[in-house]
Amino acid sequence: MKHAVLAVLYLAGALAAQPLNPAKLLQPPTDSWPTYNGDYTGRRFSPLKQINQATVNTLNLAWTRRFTAGGGRGGVGSVQIKATPLEVNGILYFATPDNAWAVDARSGRELWHYTWETTGGLHVGNRGFGMYGDWLYFETPDCYLVSLDAKTGKVRWNRQIADVKQEYFCGPAPMVIKNHIITGVGGDSLDVPGYLESHDPETGALQWRWNTTPRPGEPGSETWPSRTSMEHGGGMTWHSGTYDPELNLYYFGTGNPNPVYAPQSRSGNNLYTCSIVALNPDTGKLVWYYQVSPHDTHDFDNVETPVLIDGEFKGQPRKMLAQAARNGYFVLLDRTNGKNLLTAPFVEALNWSKGLDADGRPIPNPDMDAKPDGTLVSPTEGGAANWFAPSFSPLTGLFYTHASESYGLDWKTDLSKSPEGYGGRNQTIWMQNVLQAIDYKTGKIVWSHRYPNQGGNRSGLLSTAGGLLFGGDPTSNVFAMDPANGKMLWHAGLQSSVSNGPITFELGGRQYMVVGAGDSLYAFTLPGH
Amino acid sequence: MLRVLQSCTGLVFGVCLAHAQLISRPVPPSDAVERGQKQFVIQCAGCHGADARGDDNGPDLVRSVIVLDDEQGSLIGPVVRKGVPNQGMPAFNLSDVQIRDLAAFLRERTQAAINRNAYPLQNLLTGNAKDGEAFFKGAGRCNTCHSATGDLAGLASRFTPAQLQTRFLYPRGGRGGTPKATTATVTPRTGPAVSGTLESIDDFTVGLRDSEGYYRSFSRDAIKLDIRDPLAAHVQLLKQYTDKNLHDVLAYLVTLK
Repeated sequence: MKHAVLAVLYLAGALAAQPLNPAKLLQPPTDSWPTYNGDYTGRRFSPLKQINQATVNTLNLAWTRRFTAGGGRGGVGSVQIKATPLEVNGILYFATPDNAWAVDARSGRELWHYTWETTGGLHVGNRGFGMYGDWLYFETPDCYLVSLDAKTGKVRWNRQIADVKQEYFCGPAPMVIKNHIITGVGGDSLDVPGYLESHDPETGALQWRWNTTPRPGEPGSETWPSRTSMEHGGGMTWHSGTYDPELNLYYFGTGNPNPVYAPQSRSGNNLYTCSIVALNPDTGKLVWYYQVSPHDTHDFDNVETPVLIDGEFKGQPRKMLAQAARNGYFVLLDRTNGKNLLTAPFVEALNWSKGLDADGRPIPNPDMDAKPDGTLVSPTEGGAANWFAPSFSPLTGLFYTHASESYGLDWKTDLSKSPEGYGGRNQTIWMQNVLQAIDYKTGKIVWSHRYPNQGGNRSGLLSTAGGLLFGGDPTSNVFAMDPANGKMLWHAGLQSSVSNGPITFELGGRQYMVVGAGDSLYAFTLPGH
Repeated sequence: MLRVLQSCTGLVFGVCLAHAQLISRPVPPSDAVERGQKQFVIQCAGCHGADARGDDNGPDLVRSVIVLDDEQGSLIGPVVRKGVPNQGMPAFNLSDVQIRDLAAFLRERTQAAINRNAYPLQNLLTGNAKDGEAFFKGAGRCNTCHSATGDLAGLASRFTPAQLQTRFLYPRGGRGGTPKATTATVTPRTGPAVSGTLESIDDFTVGLRDSEGYYRSFSRDAIKLDIRDPLAAHVQLLKQYTDKNLHDVLAYLVTLK
């Protein structure tokens, strides 16, 4: 009898140890990294400090492993691990297009590898998993939401979330809020409408859908000239957002309007494209929005992570939201209502904009729209920032983002009154990457690290209570800086440049830092622990 | 059945943002497209426009969900044969081959709209060549390093206007000849200074090729480094060009045959 009780307790303990405890999603990440950004705030700040300014110079490689599937078909393109792995109960879960893995976080040993048989789609990248109990969720390039059993990697079900034949493609890490699996879609090629969906975690059934562009008669439709323009208006939802459980609001950024470079058929501000929006995750209803790029004409998807900051602003405690936008502006909002607190450029030479309006919104300069003979625009299409993860440290009060100063040529190629597709082309001319540390209270650049070479990758970032800022440089180094001043404290050369955002977690008293670069994961830890 | 339609043609400085590999549907055979186009012009263009983008009488077919989801006439065929009487579209009695040809033409139209790297550029030569020459010799100070009768002689016969436009703004690959490399001088804490062409650099290491062809690398924390970038003036000019300068300089450069 005693043995039976023990066995039951052991079994209960073992079961309890394996699934993701939903409470972990509400805490700063320590022994787990259970969602794309580690927690709901998007800060990518860890309270761990075993690896710190005094110990980082002894940081060692614990293991590295290659994952060579998911580079696309036809021999084109190498594998890029863009996913941020989840770490739950000592297991890392991550994906590349059409492929997913579970590996032992202590050793890198592969536990399972799942492969999806694709029917097409743009294989630009997969950002990873969402997790709910024992179940994992990821999106495929041909736009299926696939649920796997975390224990075995066996598929539970799949559900189509967009039609790849209409040129949608998919890859964001699904966001898990309560019993909602929130999925987004991508696709700029053929002017399809964007939307966000919520699915049932057990069955995949649709719970709600929110369209990023209105339909005739709905609020926001006054910012489009016609039914056709809003139904073909784009506004993709290709990146995960953040969540405030107290306000019960899900925050995310929407993509650019379509046709991208030929805006003559979509006069107006084109809501709710290029906006930060707040939705009720239980209903999918819009609570507020703030448009960061009104009437975008430069492909400035506004999907960059909206980071939640709790702190002081002008002497008052505030619940805020900060974003370093692709269009080159840092935006600080009151996240209870979407009111603008501050807007400031975080790179020089934003020649597409004429300045800010009374609500802090950038005013586009129509003279800088794509022209048939070319327009020299700064920043270029890839933007001053992009999807790669920023970080905010509550210890320094600084918002960190990789950024680019850049110029590109935009040519309009479709001069008809009803353009289709992109309607134009872009060529990057010159690009210089920098790491910017922004004081959220003023928008001022407190320090800036300018890389000595031009172009190259821009990585995600991670700040920690150990007084460290981790990231990857445009060549192939992973580094740790002093987040107060940008001083380099540690680095290691990898096989290729960092292609995701670094994460950190503690297992059995040992802190790990794991980073993806090209087709490999690298885990670092301190010796003697 | 799947093929790669686009590769990373937007690759600049190792950045590939929106041009990743697309696993796309097959390109229809060109003879079927040609037959389909002829038939479309005769029977469909009156309402849907010769380019299938629609007009006042009929809807756009390039972005039509029926057309996009179609496989060799599987969805287009029933619509064509039954018509859409309540929207004024009559039924057409077409053979299976004719339906497949129409579907091939419409697939070609959608792929032309999708594949932005193949969009033809319009006329780039809108500037004033004389004003461009004045900028070249004046405010742009291009003649500090370049000469129309020297290094740039015959430039326009080697490049298209589109190539010239991107290359004069920032000539990453050199001017069609040997790239003019960045040079650097490293001064170690002890020992003589070393100069050479810059082969690699990051925050930690710099690598040079010296005048005798030897590769030398240095940890950056123990040296003084002086870099001479011959393209620095091009970067500076990016911040100065007006839209008029941009097009005038191109108009001037295309005269350098």
